[in-house]
Amino acid sequence: MRTPIAIVCVAVALAFVPALGLPAFYDSLLYLVLNWIVLATSWNILSGYTGYFSFGHGAFFGVGMYTTSTLLARWNWPFLWTLPAAAAVACALGVALGAIVFRVKGIRGEVFALLTLAVTFVVGTIIVNTPIDGGNGVSLAAVPVPVIGPTPSSTFYLLALAAATVTLLVAWGITVSKLGAGLFAIHDDEDAAEVMGVPTYRYKLIALAISCALAGVAGGIHALFLNYVTVGEVFTITVPLTVVLMSVLGGTRHWAGPAVGAVAITLLLYSFTAANYAVAGKAMVGLILIASILFMPGGILPRLQRTFVRRRVAPTQPPALEPPPVQPAAVATGEVMLAVRGLAKSFRGVQALCGVDVEVRRGEILGLLGPNGSGKSTFINVVSGHYLPSGGSVMFEGQELAGREAHRIARAGISRTYQIPRPFGNQSVLDNVALATLFGAGVSSPAAARREAMTWLTFTGLQGKAHAHPDQLNLHQRKFLELARALASRPRLVLLDEVLSGLTPSEIDDAVALVRRIRDHGSTVVFVEHVMRAVMALTDRVVVFDHGELLAEGTATEVMLRSDVMAAYLGQAYAAPEPAPAEAPSNAERDHA
Amino acid sequence: MPGFLLPSATLLAQSILSGIFVGALYGLLGLGLSLSWGLLRLINLAHFAFAFLAAYLCYQLATMGMDPLLTLVAIVPLFFSLGAALHAALARFELSPFNSLLVTFGLTGIVEAVIQSIWTADFRKLESSYGERHFKIAGLFVPLPELVTLLLAAGLSLAVWAVLRYTDLGKALRASAEDAPIAAAFGINRRRNALLLAGTCSALASVAGVCLALGFTLAPSQIYAWIGVVFAAVMLGGLGRALAPLIAGIVIGVSEAVTMAVTAPSWAPLVSFTLLIAILLLRPGRAA
Repeated sequence: MRTPIAIVCVAVALAFVPALGLPAFYDSLLYLVLNWIVLATSWNILSGYTGYFSFGHGAFFGVGMYTTSTLLARWNWPFLWTLPAAAAVACALGVALGAIVFRVKGIRGEVFALLTLAVTFVVGTIIVNTPIDGGNGVSLAAVPVPVIGPTPSSTFYLLALAAATVTLLVAWGITVSKLGAGLFAIHDDEDAAEVMGVPTYRYKLIALAISCALAGVAGGIHALFLNYVTVGEVFTITVPLTVVLMSVLGGTRHWAGPAVGAVAITLLLYSFTAANYAVAGKAMVGLILIASILFMPGGILPRLQRTFVRRRVAPTQPPALEPPPVQPAAVATGEVMLAVRGLAKSFRGVQALCGVDVEVRRGEILGLLGPNGSGKSTFINVVSGHYLPSGGSVMFEGQELAGREAHRIARAGISRTYQIPRPFGNQSVLDNVALATLFGAGVSSPAAARREAMTWLTFTGLQGKAHAHPDQLNLHQRKFLELARALASRPRLVLLDEVLSGLTPSEIDDAVALVRRIRDHGSTVVFVEHVMRAVMALTDRVVVFDHGELLAEGTATEVMLRSDVMAAYLGQAYAAPEPAPAEAPSNAERDHA
Repeated sequence: MPGFLLPSATLLAQSILSGIFVGALYGLLGLGLSLSWGLLRLINLAHFAFAFLAAYLCYQLATMGMDPLLTLVAIVPLFFSLGAALHAALARFELSPFNSLLVTFGLTGIVEAVIQSIWTADFRKLESSYGERHFKIAGLFVPLPELVTLLLAAGLSLAVWAVLRYTDLGKALRASAEDAPIAAAFGINRRRNALLLAGTCSALASVAGVCLALGFTLAPSQIYAWIGVVFAAVMLGGLGRALAPLIAGIVIGVSEAVTMAVTAPSWAPLVSFTLLIAILLLRPGRAA
């Protein structure tokens, strides 16, 4: 809690600057710095935290400006009352845009940037051609400026100071909250975040709404500061690029990064302009942008943190307790917990699953087998909500899950692993697991989630790597991190997609023991695997898929001796008539391990 | 907003024609951008800065007495080397497309500052014998600079299309864009090809710049005026395709010109950007 107190203390101290009686132009310069802090920090709340780089900040800023100037010039509203209106209108524009754009998969990175830039020009064109602007801009010369503080020029300074304080408090508050954890996870891997229970659509929309409302307030204040509002000045590419530059320079993953960048760039540009070298200042800013992207991609603040905070010792963890149980003890094992009926999935005509029926019983380990391309991974992807099914039903503990969003399925009690581990690359191993606890298991505070996550790291033997980054782990450890993340949401059903592939024989033994412990801990396991030794050792029952259809069902030993199963795996020539040769399963293992 | 008055047939035909001409310039500017984005994975905002730098050079040489089209002989090789050198420098860093956008934006600011310090922020217009010559075909006014632009745009687009489609170099470039490591494993010299392509893109920018100087008024701040609409043409056409920017550029140019004729000139941006938004929403995969 020291950070917000520090922000407020600095703000209160700065509020006394006008009382010093400095020349009025200092108030204006400081106002500009604060205005850019609000703009850059508000941009960062969506774009820096989630990686959705918006080039539409000029539009939200400009809409705020025009809301305030219209209300002032036409309807004679009192100035301070126009500011909430400016926030509301900018926020409404943002939410309307986000509600459409965030529904379309694939609009990320440069596509999102271009789209938001195009929206800026469209909104600008509409405003300039309608009576809102009238083509010549709106003059606010006749509007009286309310006097706040000791001098007339201090009004804007104090208003911007208040806005900047609120913005920084909000930006900080998000980074330490559940919302922030979700946004940072979206940045690293949106699909994985959704599967772990993060409501990605809603979170992106909330972040955009906050970001736009703050930009709208900044616009409202700036309208009266400029006294004369034109479209050509705000609905451009330069406003968004300036805030991008400030945030990237300061560091987009830190709440204070954009503010650091805003102070640096504004003062730099000002000092060049004051010395009549405005052109050189422009070139300088270009040079800084290039240098910071090429040599300091994380930004100033993370760079400084790495240099100065290294000495801080990693927090000592309390002795890890047993992981929390996943389900009430008094639930009968053996009943059907997941009933999949007629599940189908096609990709543009390719029928990956054509109506399979699978039942999973509570407490069992079910092996899901089949040659490559038989639909096993598709099955997991559809049940976990990663893909929408084309047909069929998925009943889980009496709830219909087919067609639900992945984060709802995660919260219903199903979790999964990815065949190729997909950790959140910018977060520590502990935070990776804590995210699943936070969203999947519904723990509300990030601190409690970390404590619980530690128990899962201990459970999977990764406790020594808690503060490492995922890229410092080897494949074996990454696979176990996937398992820890899947378990941390306290799932009643775990879907494991080839957790053993690529592991050495001794690592496989560890993993097999771990899967057994997962079941003993109370989770039911569905297990996609090619390693026959593990399938034989672990599974209570297996189902075999072939060409998207259910081929066989039963215990591993009896199913693997069936001639149609052997034909599917090894080709028709190997499908020996009954009785099958005893080494058939090990053949399969050699071919597909 | 004025009422939707239907203009006369001649006026409409004339505005369609001028839409084709300006669209050709969109296409020519977009060609290099599309190749660089689609085949090199670099979103090169500095493309516009290079075009303007070439335009100013053409202006400078022409005011010194050189024929504006003849300046291409000096400008094209210069910009080819400039583009190749820039790429050689950037290739050292593994830039994501988005970061390449930011880096080249920084570069654009630097070029803008250089232009402003040499030629000032005032508007400049190239006065040449081309500007005065024009034809009348079927009652329509055809200015020579615009006709030259259209011919250059069409010729260069066709040439690039043919190279990409029929030559080994073109196939190698497309293979590298699709899967660079695999292409390299098949013996494609990716570094050399990329330098060649980057140089070509920049040379195309310089040709567009000369056309710009022939037909338009120049000012350093105008660099940014072209970015939005040319990106719209590139996205509309699809990345890394040679003929698409020209066709998409003409579609946008004509729809803008007709909008201007039917309503007011200030409504023109609405057309191109609404098209861009629609394309991005319906086919986001185009830029992937």
